[in-house]
Order: sequence, then C-alpha cells, then structure tokens
Amino acid sequence: MVIECSRVTKRFGSQVVVDELDLSVPAGGCFGLLGPNGAGKTTTLKMIYGVTAPTEGSIRVFGEDVTKHPRRVRARLGVTLQENALIEVLTPVENLRVFGRYHLLSEAKLDDRIPDLLDFLDLRSHAHLPVVALSGGFQRRLQIALSLVNEPELLILDEPTTGLDPAVRLALWSRIGELRARGTTVLITTHYMDEAERLCDRLAILSEGRRLVEGSPRELIDAHLARAAVEIDQDPAHHASLLARLNGVHHLKAGRRLMIYGDDGPALLEAVQRAGGDPAGLVSRPSNLEDVFLALTGTGLDGDA
Amino acid sequence: MKVSPRHALAVWKRNFALYRRTWMLNLLPNFFEPILYLVSMGIGVGAYITEMGGTSYIAFIAPGLVAVAAMNGASFEVTYNAYVRMNYEKTYEAMLTTPIQPEDVLAGEILWAMTRATLYGGCFLLVIAAMGLASPGRALIALPLVPLTGLLFAAIGIAFSLRIPTLDLFSFYFTLFLMPLFLFSDVFFPLEERLSGGWLQLAEVLPLLHPVRLMRTAFDGTLSAQVAWDLAYVAVLSLVLLWMAARITRRRLTA
Ligand SMILES: Nc1ncnc2c1ncn2[C@@H]1O[C@H](COP(=O)(O)OP(=O)(O)OP(=O)(O)O)[C@@H](O)[C@H]1O
Ligand SMILES: [Mg+2]
Repeated sequence: MVIECSRVTKRFGSQVVVDELDLSVPAGGCFGLLGPNGAGKTTTLKMIYGVTAPTEGSIRVFGEDVTKHPRRVRARLGVTLQENALIEVLTPVENLRVFGRYHLLSEAKLDDRIPDLLDFLDLRSHAHLPVVALSGGFQRRLQIALSLVNEPELLILDEPTTGLDPAVRLALWSRIGELRARGTTVLITTHYMDEAERLCDRLAILSEGRRLVEGSPRELIDAHLARAAVEIDQDPAHHASLLARLNGVHHLKAGRRLMIYGDDGPALLEAVQRAGGDPAGLVSRPSNLEDVFLALTGTGLDGDA
Repeated sequence: MKVSPRHALAVWKRNFALYRRTWMLNLLPNFFEPILYLVSMGIGVGAYITEMGGTSYIAFIAPGLVAVAAMNGASFEVTYNAYVRMNYEKTYEAMLTTPIQPEDVLAGEILWAMTRATLYGGCFLLVIAAMGLASPGRALIALPLVPLTGLLFAAIGIAFSLRIPTLDLFSFYFTLFLMPLFLFSDVFFPLEERLSGGWLQLAEVLPLLHPVRLMRTAFDGTLSAQVAWDLAYVAVLSLVLLWMAARITRRRLTA
C-alpha cells in the first residue's frame, strides 16, 4: 500500500474534523475523497503528506511513518493545493525553477525537467509571461505542474479542476491517465461526481469527518440505488401529490428537482408520466454517483429514499 | 526538527528570484534613506555643531546610520513581507508540501533579511568610505557588524510578526518601536551625556543601542569591555527570539 491510514482522528480543540478514518491506497491506484464542504478532505490530505499530525491513529506513506520522516516521504510525493500559491510577478518557468529548488533539484536537472512539464500541461505558449497575466486555467495548470516537478510516485490533488473550462478539464483528465499509466498513484478530492466516476477506481465519501462508504464508483451506485433514474423538474408544490400517486418509490429532492429511482428505466418513465409528471420536464437516465452522494450526505435527502 | 541548510537556502533563493525581478521597486528607494539623513543631519544640522564625541557631527552620526540601514533592511522583510507570505500568499503552505520543514522556512527568511540588511548597510558603508568618513580598513572591520545587526532585527521583527493578529499592527512596530529606537539609540547624540544614573542603565534595554556602539567602536577603534557586553546582548537576544520564533513557526505552519 502506498497510503495506509488506520483509525485516524483529527481534532481542533473540541471539534472533531476527521473521525477514526481508515483508508488504504494501493500502488498505481487512483483514490477519490468526496464529501461536502467542511467534511475534512483537505485536513485528511494534510495529514497524509505530513504537514499536520493526526490527534490519534497512524498514517504510513510508502510504508513509512510520515510524522517521523516527513522529509523523506515528501521527497517522493507532489501536492496540488486547493488554493493556488504561485509567485505572481514571476513567470511559469521561474516558478517551476523556484519550486524545483525546494526539492533540491540541480539547475541542470531543472533545465531538463521544466520544458517537459511545460509541454505536459500545455503551458509553453505562456511560459515567459508573469503569472498575474495568466488566466485562472493557466494558473491552475501551473500549480499542478509544480506538484510534478520532482517526478512524484504519489500525486495528491486537492480539487484540481475547480474553475477550469470543460476542454481543459478533459485534457487534464487524460494527463492524469498518462501519469497513472506510468505508475503514479493518485489521491484526489473533488466536488465533481463525473470527475470522480471517470478517474477513480476507488473512492470514499466523507461527511463530518466520517467515512460513510467506500468502493468503486460502480459498486457504490449498485449498492445504494436502483439502476435507473427519472429526474423531474417541477414546482415543488406538485411533488407530494406525484409521490403519493407513485406510492412508496425511492426518491430524492433537490430544490425543484425530484429524482425517482427504479430498476427498469422505460417502465419507471411510463409510471411517472401516468402519475402526472410533466413530460416537458422529465429526464430518464441511469442513476449516477451524484445521486449516491446526495443520498448519503443528506444534502438532498427527503422521505424514505 | 533541525534546520537543513540546503532547504533553508532554497527558501532564500525563492526570495532572491523574486527580488531580482522587483528590486527597482522594492530595494532601490531604501538605499537613499541613510544618505538623506547623513546629508540633512550631518551637513545641515552639523553646520551648527562644531564637535561631538571628539569628531565632526557628520563623522559622529555616520556609524550609527550604518546600523540603522541594517536595521531597516532586515525589518521590512520579516514584517510586512513575511506576514503576507504566511497569511495571504500561502507561500509557506506550498513550501511545506516539499521536504522543507518549518525551521528551514524560518532560517531561510532570517538569512534573507540579513542579506537585505547587508545590502543596505554595506552600500551605505561604501558611501561613507568614499566620503572619507571611514578608512577602508575601518569600514572592513565594521562590515561584519552589518549582518549581525540584521540578525538582531530579523529576530525581533519575526517574533513580532508571528504574534500579531492583523497586519495593521505593523504601523505600531514602525512608528512606536523602530522610530524611537532610531532617535534615541546614540545615533544622533551620546546618550550618556543626556541621561543619568538609573535612566542610563535602563537605556541598555534598547536593542539598537548595542549595534550602534559596536559600530562606533569599529569606526574609532577604542576597544573596551563594553564591546563584550554589546556583542553578548545581540547574540543572546537574537538566539532567544529565534528559538521562540522557531517554536511558533512550527506550531503555526503545522496546525
Ligand atoms: N487549522 C484549523 N484550525 C481549526 N479548524 C480547522 C483547521 N483546518 C480546518 N479546520 C476545520 O475543519 C473542518 C474541515 O475542513 P477541511 O478543510 O478539511 O474540509 P474540506 O472537506 O476540505 O472542505 P472543502 O470542500 O470546503 O474544501 C472545517 O470545519 C474547518 O473549519
Ligand atoms: Mg478542502
């Protein structure tokens, strides 16, 4: 295992932020940490790269106790922080050089490495402009490039694609795929369920510091919800009567949206239409990770879903 | 954890890379500050003073102004700049994702503040030597006192920065701490001729007084036992404050 957390608890004063968390990430895997704002994702990452110590429990990274050997462990991993921390008056090339020195990479090594990173993250066209002049997407990619400067065996990404446009996100996903193909282990947090479904072979959903579930995206969907969903976009005043007529179906509410789950998609759609669901506002789709997330974290929970 | 000199140097290089880009804006104006004082006080006010401490007035204030240049050079770096790097720019947070440890960050920042102090103090020393106010030999003896003064004020400044809750309090530091030190630490007039008894002894707490006296000794070559006391004061206060700063830095950066 590249990462092994056992019964890790983190408290700030009396507030429990991470609660008896167990987590194992095998070499070459991509593990996702999901959870609402404040669930403890960033805190968990910080404990894994050893910048903050767990209040209780133990964390081993590359088989070593990270609280005892933070230098050795961190030399082998890279972290993209949730918030960018770039030197704004310097260019991407200069930022990479400064950051590479933190890892004690030689100037000659950096001369080799920096052009590769610029190509890998498509930064070459803006390589010599000051960071302030770059768009948010470029800045984010530079932040990711920094975390790759030491050719890490473990890449930790804290919401890497927040604020990126769809094309850049897709490009980044394929870069992460390339890194994994070369054997890099990835630990990622995200609020995008499509991203988690696409990238992660395993994921855990946290809420208030506790792990609610863990498994592959497919396992989680199968374990918690029926295969098919019908989504209704309708005035919430009509939700109750509609549900009464469908009597006892699994459902979730999120504002105007009402999601109804069943095993047979076409049959479910027909039933909803018969019960008076406005056909213009109906979408029939497979149930997905977002449904699981809403159901488990209580964000959209309502009734007997 | 012990400081790793190579990692501390990487922190230093970060600041160096930044200032290579911005020195015209950040460094240049401060070079002129001590020169302006030297001209205004030394030549302007000095015209009305025939002699002070056995020399011309301009020669009297020159050594103190070297210490002041070093003090100011170090102070900017460990106050506003370090505070912003820690609390706003997340610079240290990024450093701590690499093998760098909090103690390396502190050591690198102090080293950088001393570098800036040396840059200011050293250049001013050159100006003074060029004006014939110090012989090259004396200036050379005074030179190591410049980074030493930088160390002292880097330690004081960082200890302050680590303890304040908001950036606004730096105006107190500059106006009500550094400014009075500048005015009442033997730079412009000999304290021992103005204060008596207990007051004079109390003045020994003033941190700038000691570098100024050391600098003056280097300039005029009159060695006395006081040198040992001044050196001990600077060394002990610096070390105590840095030890404290190291503990706070670790606590703050690993929360
Ligand atoms: N240094 C700290 N001191 C006190 N409380 C903290 C500290 N760091 C985090 N917390 C608290 O811990 C909780 C979890 O924070 P954390 O940043 O880990 O959440 P997160 O899952 O990353 O959230 P988000 O999705 O918003 O990034 C929050 O309530 C936060 O206020
Ligand atoms: Mg977070």
